[in-house]
Amino acid sequence: MASLNEFLFVSGLLFAIGLAGVIIRRNIIVIFMSLELMLAAASLTLVAFSRYHVTDNGLPDYNGQVFVFFIITVAAAEVAVGLAIIVALYRARQTINVEDLNSMRG
Amino acid sequence: MHSLLFYLFSFLAVAGGILLVAFRNPVSSALSMVLSFVGLAGLFIGLNAYFVGIVQILVYAGAIMVLFVFIIMLLDLNNEEKVKFRSSTVVLGIVIPLCLALQILGVIQSQDTKEFQPITEETLAAAAESFPEDGAIHKSLAHEKTPKLPDTNLIGQQIFTHYNFPLQVIGALLLVATIGVVVLSKRTAKTRPTDS
Amino acid sequence: METLAWIILGLPLLSAVTIHLGLKSSKNLSAYLATGSAFITLVLALIILGPETENRAFEWATIGDLKIEIGLQLDSFAKGMMIVVTGVGFLVHLFSLAYMKDDNAKERYFCGLSLFMFSMTGIVLASNFLMMFMFWELVGLSSYLLIGHWYEKDSAADAAKKAFLTNRIGDFGFMIGILMLWGITGTYTFDGLSEFFDGAHPKVLVPSVTILSVSILLIFMGAMGKSAQAPLHVWLPDAMEGPTPVSALIHAATMVAAGVFMMARLYTSIGVDTIGHLWGMDTIAWIGAITSLLAALMATQQDDIKKILAYSTLSQLGYMVMAVGLLDPDAGMFHLFTHAWFKALLFLGSGAVIYACHHEQNIWKMGGLQKKMPITFLTFGIGTLALCGFPFTAGFFSKEQILESAAHSKQWGLFAVAALVACLTTFYMLRLFFIAFLGKNRSDKANHAKEVGPLMFVPLVILAVLALLSGYQFLADNLSPLYNHEGFHVGAPFIASISALVVGGFLSWKLYFNAESDPLANNGLFKIFRNKFYIDELYAKLVGYAQDTVAAIVHFIDELVINGLIVGGFSRAAGGIGRIFGRLQSGNLQGYAALFGLGVILVIYLTVFVS
Repeated sequence: MASLNEFLFVSGLLFAIGLAGVIIRRNIIVIFMSLELMLAAASLTLVAFSRYHVTDNGLPDYNGQVFVFFIITVAAAEVAVGLAIIVALYRARQTINVEDLNSMRG
Repeated sequence: MHSLLFYLFSFLAVAGGILLVAFRNPVSSALSMVLSFVGLAGLFIGLNAYFVGIVQILVYAGAIMVLFVFIIMLLDLNNEEKVKFRSSTVVLGIVIPLCLALQILGVIQSQDTKEFQPITEETLAAAAESFPEDGAIHKSLAHEKTPKLPDTNLIGQQIFTHYNFPLQVIGALLLVATIGVVVLSKRTAKTRPTDS
Repeated sequence: METLAWIILGLPLLSAVTIHLGLKSSKNLSAYLATGSAFITLVLALIILGPETENRAFEWATIGDLKIEIGLQLDSFAKGMMIVVTGVGFLVHLFSLAYMKDDNAKERYFCGLSLFMFSMTGIVLASNFLMMFMFWELVGLSSYLLIGHWYEKDSAADAAKKAFLTNRIGDFGFMIGILMLWGITGTYTFDGLSEFFDGAHPKVLVPSVTILSVSILLIFMGAMGKSAQAPLHVWLPDAMEGPTPVSALIHAATMVAAGVFMMARLYTSIGVDTIGHLWGMDTIAWIGAITSLLAALMATQQDDIKKILAYSTLSQLGYMVMAVGLLDPDAGMFHLFTHAWFKALLFLGSGAVIYACHHEQNIWKMGGLQKKMPITFLTFGIGTLALCGFPFTAGFFSKEQILESAAHSKQWGLFAVAALVACLTTFYMLRLFFIAFLGKNRSDKANHAKEVGPLMFVPLVILAVLALLSGYQFLADNLSPLYNHEGFHVGAPFIASISALVVGGFLSWKLYFNAESDPLANNGLFKIFRNKFYIDELYAKLVGYAQDTVAAIVHFIDELVINGLIVGGFSRAAGGIGRIFGRLQSGNLQGYAALFGLGVILVIYLTVFVS
C-alpha cells in the first residue's frame, strides 16, 4: 500500500520534470506543455491530501478535489488563451522558438 | 490501492513527463504528455477520486491534447527544432530540478507518513449516517447490495454549498477566456495584410 | 419609520447619481427628477415627524476597539431639522426650475442640488460624529460645486475656492476635536456621549475638564467654518457668486446653519449642565456676538442686494451661535428654524428681483419695484419684517428668546451687543427695502421689470406664510427641532427689542426714504464698514507675506538639498545601477526560467532548511 509521502514524492518528481522542460526546451509549445505538467503535479498533491485527510464522517476531504476541479477548469481556459497567443505570435514573427523572441533584451 | 498499480501508474506518469521533455518532435511530446496524464488519472482513481480522474482524461487527453496537436499541425512545426539542445541549458535544466526534487525529498522524509486506509463497506455505511436519508448520497452510500462512494455527488455538494462564489468566478473566467481567444484571433486576421 | 428615513437619505443621492451618469443630455428631465426627489423627501420627512423612534446602526468598519457605525438618529431634533432642510430644499428646487430655466448647465446644477440635499440630510440624521464629519465634508464639496456653478466667471471660481479652503481650516479643528472627544470618552456616537456624561458628577470630570473644554472649542472651530463665524466668515459674502437659489438654500437656510445644528447636537448630547462647568464656553458666545456685530455693521454699507442679505445671514448666525454659547441651544435652534424660512424667503425674493431686473444686483439701480412686482414686494416686505423682529412675526419670537437667554444669564455685555445688532438689522434691512422697492426707478432695467411667474412666486408666498407663522406655538411645537415654549412676558428683552426696532426704523427712514444716493457714503467710519473692516485685505497681506517667506525657504531647500543631493543623487545612482542590471535583461526566456528555478530553490532552502 502506498503511503502519502510516496504520492507527494511522485508529484514533486513530476513538478521537477516540468521545470526541467521549461528550462531546457526552446519550442514555446513544449514549454507550455511542461507548464501543464507542473499544474497536474500540483493537482496530484491536492488529491492525495484530500484522500489521506479523512473527515469526521470517514470520507475523504472533498475540498481538495474541488480545488482540482477548479485547477482543471483554469488550465483549460489558460491553454485556449495561451495557444491563441502562440498562434498570433507565430503569425507576427513566423517563429515559436523562444531564442528568437528576445525583443525584450535590455 | 495495490502498490503494484501505484508503481505502474507512477512510472507511466514520470516516464511520460521525461519523454515530453526529451522528444524533439512536438507531436511526440504532446502524445507523451497524454501518457503522463493517463498515469496521473490512474493515480487519481486509485485514490478513490473517480470523478477527478475521469475529468483529467476527458479534459487533458480529450480536449487539451487535441488542441495542442491541432496547433502544432496548423503551424506546421514538424520539422522544427532539428538543432541540438544547448549544453549549458541542459546542465542547468537538470541540476536545478534535481535540487528541487532533493529538497522535496528532504522535506517529505522529515514528516511522519500517513498510511493508506482503504474505504470499506463499513466506513461507507457509517458515513451514510451524516447525510439526509432521502438524498442521493445517502442512498448510494447505504445501498443494500452494492454500496458505492458517490464522489461526484459529494464534490457537487461541496461546490454548491461552499464554493458558490468561486464557481461563478470560474464561469466568468471561462467566458472572458472565450472572448479573449476570439478577439486574439480576429485582431491578427485583420492586421495580417498590413504586416506583410 | 426607519426605512423611510433611509429612503430620505438615499433618494437625493440616487437622483444625483442618475443625473450625473445618465441624464446629462436631457436637461429638463434631470431638473424634474431632482425636484421630484426633493418633494418626496419633504413628504417623507413630514410622515416620520413625531416622537423618537428606535434606530439601528450597522457597522461600517472595525479598527481595533474603534467601531465605525453608520446609523441614523431619529429623534425629534433631527426630524424637525429635516423639515427645515427638505422644506426649504423643495421650495428652492421649485424656484430653481424657473430661475435656471435657460441655464446651459442645468443638469449639473440640479445634480449639485441633489448631492447637497443628500449630504445635508446625512448631517442632520447622522447618529455619530464620524458620520457627521463625512457628510460635513460632502456638504462642503457640494457647496463648492454650486458656488462655482458659473465657473467661467473668475470671481465665481475664486469664491468657490475661497469657501472650500476657509472651510478646511475649520474642519481641521473639527476633526481634531472629534478625535479628542473620542479619546476622552471612548465613544463618538451621540447616544454614547449622553450615556457617558449622564449622571457623571462634574467633579469626576475634573482631571479632563481642560481637555474636554479644548476639544469642544476645537469642534466649535468646525462650526465656525461652516457657519461662517469671525474670523472665518470671509467666504460667505463671496459665496454669493453662486446662483441665487443656491444662496437661499445653502448659504442662508441650511448649510450655514449646520454649524449651529452641530453645536446644539453636541450640547444636548453632552448635557448643558456639564458644559456649564467647563471653561472657555463664553468664548463661543462672544465669537457669535462679535460676528453678529461686525456683519451687521458691514451690511449697512453694501450696495449689492445679495451681499446685504449675506451679511445679514452672518449676523443672524452670530445670534444663533451666541445663544448656543449662552448654554441655550433651544433658543439658537428656534432662531435657526424661523430664520431658515424668512431668510430663504428674502434670498428667493432677491432672486426674483434680480431675475426681473436682468441680473442687476445693485440696489441703487432698482427702485420703484412695488408697482412692478407686487407679489415679490409684499412677500419680501414680510421677510424684512420677520428679520427685523417686528412684533408677532416669526423672527420676533425667536430673537426674543435669544435676548431673554442673554438677560437670564446676566451677560449684559452680550445683551447690549444683541440689542445693538437688532437695531442695526432693522436699519440696513429697511435701507434695502426703501431703496430697492420704493421711490423712483433709477435705471432702465428696473423700469422694464415684470412680476415673475407662478413657479417663482408660489415658493415666495409659502415661505412668507411660514415667516409669519412659524414662530407660533402650534407650528413650532410640531416642527421646530428644539423648542422650549416660554410664556411671553414684557421685560427688559421686550423693551430692548422694541426700542431697537423703533430706533433702527426711524434712522433708516430718515436717511434713506426717497434717497437718491447714499448720504453716508463719504463718512470715514462708514467707509470702513463698506470695505468690510479691510479683513480680506489683511488676510491677503498676511497670507501673502507668510507664503513668500515659506516659499523662499522651501525654494532654497528644494534647489540645494532635494534637487542637488537627494533627487540628483538618487537619479544618478538609479541610472548607474540600471545600466548594470540592464545587461542581465537578455530577453532569453530559458535564462529567466533557470533563474526563477534557482530562486525557488533558494526560497525553499531559506524557509525550510535554514531555520
